[in-house]
Amino acid sequence: MIVVEDISKSFGSETVLKNISVTFEKGKTNLIIGRSGSGKTVLMKSVVGLHEVDSGAIYFDGRDFVKMGTRQRQELRKEMGMLFQGSALFDSLTVEENVIFPLQMFSDMTEDEKIERVNFCLERVHLENANKLYPGELSGGMKKRVAIARAIVQNPKYLFCDEPNSGLDPKTAIVIDNLISEITHEFDITTIVNTHDMNSVMEIGEKVVFIYEGIKCWEGTKDEILTSDNNYLNDFVFASNLAKRIRDIQAGSQQ
Amino acid sequence: MLSNFGRYLILMYRVFSRPERFRVYFRETVREIENLGLNSIGIVIIISIFIGAVITLQTRYNLESSWIPLYLIGLTARDTILLEFSSTMVGLILAGKVGSNIASEIGHMRITEQIDALEMMGINSASYLILPKIIAAIFFNPFLTIISMVVGIFGGWVAAVVTGALSSADYIYGIQYWFVPFYITYALVKTVFYAFIITSVSAYYGYHVQGGALEVGRASTKGVVYSSILILLCDVILTQLMLA
Ligand SMILES: Nc1ncnc2c1ncn2[C@@H]1O[C@H](COP(=O)(O)OP(=O)(O)O)[C@@H](O)[C@H]1O
Ligand SMILES: [Mg+2]
Repeated sequence: MIVVEDISKSFGSETVLKNISVTFEKGKTNLIIGRSGSGKTVLMKSVVGLHEVDSGAIYFDGRDFVKMGTRQRQELRKEMGMLFQGSALFDSLTVEENVIFPLQMFSDMTEDEKIERVNFCLERVHLENANKLYPGELSGGMKKRVAIARAIVQNPKYLFCDEPNSGLDPKTAIVIDNLISEITHEFDITTIVNTHDMNSVMEIGEKVVFIYEGIKCWEGTKDEILTSDNNYLNDFVFASNLAKRIRDIQAGSQQ
Repeated sequence: MLSNFGRYLILMYRVFSRPERFRVYFRETVREIENLGLNSIGIVIIISIFIGAVITLQTRYNLESSWIPLYLIGLTARDTILLEFSSTMVGLILAGKVGSNIASEIGHMRITEQIDALEMMGINSASYLILPKIIAAIFFNPFLTIISMVVGIFGGWVAAVVTGALSSADYIYGIQYWFVPFYITYALVKTVFYAFIITSVSAYYGYHVQGGALEVGRASTKGVVYSSILILLCDVILTQLMLA
């Protein structure tokens, strides 16, 4: 469980996060939703310390992250996995080398055990026979899978995914979403997913936090989201004509 | 300017904090020696041979019809190469080649979030990415300087013989005449300072890129320009300290 208490973050004179408090629950996929530029990425990167917050506190299962020194943070980061928007695979390394990388750096496993672990993770994301390929040779969906495998190779307690299905076709997007959700439940991880995609929300949103211009505007479950009377949220949820039509038809049929 | 310097110092502090796993750093350093060092031998040889030739010919034509003995041309070419060319000129050329390479590589990793990915694994990205480059350059650039000295002096000899500007015997006598071994020490000390400047300054600009491909290009230009200026500044200071 990750507890965020009243964090704010500015870049120069631009305040991007304003007094956000939120709890991300263990064993669940916690979604942060909002329009592009609303501050989702900054919020996620602030929680993991890639951005320094200006004020507030962040607790990872009770451990105060903001107060930690560099070494302690590095130790805690070994319990985290992160999936970046552009996958952020290391270009000069093969798929296998990318996934084994954190193990080479920190693990005391033997070489065979490491390979076994890497293959386990690659199989888990349904990516066999790609071990020797380079990131440049992979499709967008395959890159995301490798990135997920790399993120889970150290058995993280916390998993962060920044727009995991951006740039993917809708079908592949759902596959990736479900993969993240399955892994979350299977290994009992505290998972946080940034997205602006309502399909993801409906698919995997066990807990949903809505950010509007750097302010936490609403939180609830994917079922509550459709019936909320929060105007900002409704603007976001029913932004597409398709969604509006469905809502209107539903409203009609209920009368 | 001052804030740049402050951020540079903070980065260097992170670069030189205790490495996570020595074996991995060693492997990276070997890779960088190949990438930054071995791959620069070609350009150093080509440039040194031509500059050696030009220095010899120019000295020869400037001394036309004078009473000065011809072997002094060999001596002048040798000292120019040892004192200034093989350290500072080669340093400036490497600032262009190696500096832009480092800044764009690290800058690209920054904008594609690969640096964030390293940090998220609990790795000190500054140290992991930059320290092997600094060590590789400090270790290998002195060899490049020595190669440049040998090849440059050889280039002068070729020019002398091919154009008939002076005889092989005069040149060879000249390059042995009044030889000051300390000049080589002086050149190698300068080279080590330059190696540090080139790698750390261009890495600094790459590491702090914000934005996209355009900014990576800008960072790479800045890395080259500022390393070059600092090399020249360092040249003045070290010359004053070591030769005055
Ligand atoms: N490193 C940065 N420096 C300055 N401004 C930033 C930085 N990162 C993000 N921002 C600004 O913060 C706001 C929120 O960005 P972001 O969190 O990336 O939005 P999104 O919800 O699309 O992920 C944007 O206005 C962006 O310009
Ligand atoms: Mg974003």
